[in-house]
Amino acid sequence: MLIALAAFVILRTAIVPKSFGEYGHFRGAAIAEIAAKPIVHAGHQTCETCHTDIADKKKTGKHVVVACEACHGALANHAEDPSIQPAKLDTAVICARCHEENSAKPKWFPQVVTAEHSGGLACDTCHQPHTPKIETDKTAARDAGGKH
Amino acid sequence: MLLPAAAVAWKYVLAGTPEEAPNYKLTEHWWAMLIDVTKCIGCGSCVRACAQENDVPEGYFRTWIERYHVSDWKIERPEVESPDGGKQGFPAGELSDGKTFFVPKMCNHCADSPCTQVCPVGATFITPDGVVLVDKKYCVGCRYCVQACPYGCRYLNPKTNTADKCTLCYHRITKGLTTACCEVCPTGARQLADLKNPKDPIHEFLKTHTVQVLKPQMATGAKVFYNGMDGSVR
Repeated sequence: MLIALAAFVILRTAIVPKSFGEYGHFRGAAIAEIAAKPIVHAGHQTCETCHTDIADKKKTGKHVVVACEACHGALANHAEDPSIQPAKLDTAVICARCHEENSAKPKWFPQVVTAEHSGGLACDTCHQPHTPKIETDKTAARDAGGKH
Repeated sequence: MLLPAAAVAWKYVLAGTPEEAPNYKLTEHWWAMLIDVTKCIGCGSCVRACAQENDVPEGYFRTWIERYHVSDWKIERPEVESPDGGKQGFPAGELSDGKTFFVPKMCNHCADSPCTQVCPVGATFITPDGVVLVDKKYCVGCRYCVQACPYGCRYLNPKTNTADKCTLCYHRITKGLTTACCEVCPTGARQLADLKNPKDPIHEFLKTHTVQVLKPQMATGAKVFYNGMDGSVR
């Protein structure tokens, strides 16, 4: 009986991880392991430490609340190594993700039917994405070119 | 230079010692999330960001968006769709009658979570700061938790053959960053909340708004609070 008990204790000590039961009925070390996962989205505060000009520009428009990576995608690798350049965005696709008209969207949110609104033109033909109100100089240039 | 908390944390991430990011104590937080349905535009940014941040396999979702259509004459039986989890947004669709709206879904990080209770090996647990996590090294892939979750938030990861779910971006929130889904939400429909932080705006919000949780009758202690949610949402 004693031998069996001793064998059980030795086996249990060998098998059960040291951190098991540290916080509850689980392996406590798992918390730190999960927390150590690398970050993929840098976060807008990190972007704004370098791109202060864009941050200042955004403050003047409605997109002040939109984080950089909402449009530009995950860019922790760029924050870590600025020589890694983010891909150029196609505004005809990116802007439509939010602003394409949909009956399920809240009524207060600005929406357009892009096929009618721009006829497939890229949105930055007229709008500056960081301060999205219509830019008169861009509109004039577009009209002079006979587009739209 | 005075840097925001997240940027301070980022210095440690860059230095390769993220665990040394300062000022995080497990017992000083109790994480939750606020989802304002009245602000969700169904753009799918949260779903894409979650998949990227957490390496979620194609066809599986830790968060997803549902579009509800509640007909005038079928209030108790709404039509719900979620093409590809709402990852690429939603087709326009014609609204013939009733109402339609988006509802983002995710793990509710329940305080009394059924998934934790059914795990036979202690691989699923709730951390002292209120996040339900899975220990991949301990999970045996029995799927009990997948069946137990009343919100359908768990899946068996085909790469690891272990249970997987939303971690509330635990690797981010422990470093002073917000979750990936909250970071990219363009309308602020998702807000990470720390119920133990008396300065967190969640307290004022909960006092002044009518919020609810999903399936309150299950008594799971869900910590994802929904504002402006229609009664037809399941």
